[in-house]
Amino acid sequence: MVYGPHTPDDRSRMLDALGIGSVDELFDVIPPAVRAGPMHLPPGLTELDLMARLRTLSGHNRVDLASFLGAGIYRHHIPPVVDQILLRGEFYTAYTPYQPEISQGTLQTIYEYQSLLAELTGLGVVSASHYDGATATAEAALMTCRATRRERVLVSRGVHPQSRQTLATYFAGTNLTFDEVPLVHEGPAAGTTDLAALGRLLDDPERPVAGVVAAQPNVLGLLEPMGQIGQLAHAAGALFVAVVEPVSLAVLAPPAAYEADIAAGEGQPLGIPPQYGGPYLGILACRDPLIRQIPGRLIGMTSDADGRRAYVMTMRAREQDIRREKAASNICTNQALCALAAAVYVAALGPGGLRDVAATGAARATELAAALADAGAPRLHPGPYLNEFAIRVPDAVAVHRRLLHRGILAGIPLAELEPGVPALADGLLVCATECTTAEEIELFAWALRDELGSRPGVPAGAIGEGSR
Amino acid sequence: MIPSDLHYTKEHEWVRVEGGVATVGITQHAADQLGDIVFVELPEPGRKLEQFATFGVVESVKAVSDLFAPVAGEVLEGNPGLATTPEVVNSDPYGAGWMLRIRLSDPAQVGQLLDPAAYEALTAEG
Repeated sequence: MVYGPHTPDDRSRMLDALGIGSVDELFDVIPPAVRAGPMHLPPGLTELDLMARLRTLSGHNRVDLASFLGAGIYRHHIPPVVDQILLRGEFYTAYTPYQPEISQGTLQTIYEYQSLLAELTGLGVVSASHYDGATATAEAALMTCRATRRERVLVSRGVHPQSRQTLATYFAGTNLTFDEVPLVHEGPAAGTTDLAALGRLLDDPERPVAGVVAAQPNVLGLLEPMGQIGQLAHAAGALFVAVVEPVSLAVLAPPAAYEADIAAGEGQPLGIPPQYGGPYLGILACRDPLIRQIPGRLIGMTSDADGRRAYVMTMRAREQDIRREKAASNICTNQALCALAAAVYVAALGPGGLRDVAATGAARATELAAALADAGAPRLHPGPYLNEFAIRVPDAVAVHRRLLHRGILAGIPLAELEPGVPALADGLLVCATECTTAEEIELFAWALRDELGSRPGVPAGAIGEGSR
Repeated sequence: MIPSDLHYTKEHEWVRVEGGVATVGITQHAADQLGDIVFVELPEPGRKLEQFATFGVVESVKAVSDLFAPVAGEVLEGNPGLATTPEVVNSDPYGAGWMLRIRLSDPAQVGQLLDPAAYEALTAEG
């Protein structure tokens, strides 16, 4: 029995048919810098030595920092019940069931995830699920093109730059294009989507717009005029995609209230710890008429032959194994465990608990803004925000680095998040959640005041250099 | 039983031509092969179709197929009844299960389609 699918002879015949000399030539379009090279691995270690090595490596992690970093990923307290349920073998070890209906428990949890997110967004259809907020946003943009049979999308620069990069990747090699809608430079609406520019970009009969994508809150933490953006989109026959932060939906108007057709978002704040590179959770929801355009798993509730409640994978015909190249997405997998974490988190907190989380974060952010303004770093934009905002700090990148040595992760310099935008060059984007303490706020304000030369010295007993 | 007054495509659409207007649907053979039909996506009136271009999608519980325009022309209307009762494509494919009316732009194209005997031979091949 030969298990190798291709013999050397098979390969050489295929290469001849393609007119190339080696398999590697197929990958010429990938820049050499990101191609895998030969790996130079050290010799193996004993378990004892390996544990010691890993302990040393993990010791380099800075877990002692007072963190004010958000920018799309947020620290929240995760009740232990979330991990307790995730770690059950039935959930933790299972891959997406290929014979789905035999896994009624898994399907029920997905159905509950969908139901909870439908309640938060106000939209009737929720898919379960996508890799992360960026891919969900890109899928939403593709949905608008399929639904309208148009080929151009407008994306606000208030949408996270990494989501815009992901969108560019998804659109590469297609006949689809997107234009960015600038943000207002100054005045009361500074930092939010420029409605006049949006109107001009929509007014192009030669290049009709399939969808308009805007974020609430936007990447600068500011609240966008979502109702007006949606009205402009709809007046031009375009669909409206709202990129949302799920915890904020407990206190902000849900996408359905401002007539968004599609909502996308990063689900990490719902019970998933911040971790470098994920795994995270892509939220995607839409109005009922778009159900055949939404990619991803959909679980429906029905009754079996004996009339008992039963769960099924429904609307399967949209998916890749049936529709092939015309499927709603070429990604045929999901983040079931992360979706389960989100469902357990939301269910454990309940509507009141989630509202408390959002409101407490907003209250802490107000305290933070006042303390930082008092320290000499006022907000960069005047408009309303929820729990994240930018402050004006001259030489922000250097100040950020020095604060890190003092045990403070002072958010992210906007010059790193949005390089080359003069209006943002002196900005630090900072956030607060219910995990942010009054002591951390005081420490940050003191250290920043010192850095800005407003007043020397830091309080005794402040968090020091950390473990480095 | 294949109606004798219609024209057919190899993709299993049928066409009835009356005046300058073609009514289009899928054959009983196609409906049987697809199984229970749950959704039909049809184009908006006014859309111009090339001959043999895809004009829509028919979805059953187990499969999805493209629909091909047998003749070129302008879409006059899609069957509004299919939005709520797509199953009539299974029960009455040549009647209530019609899908599209097209104003023919080139009536001579009808001559390029299969006649009932040729279509019957096609389906007999399996």
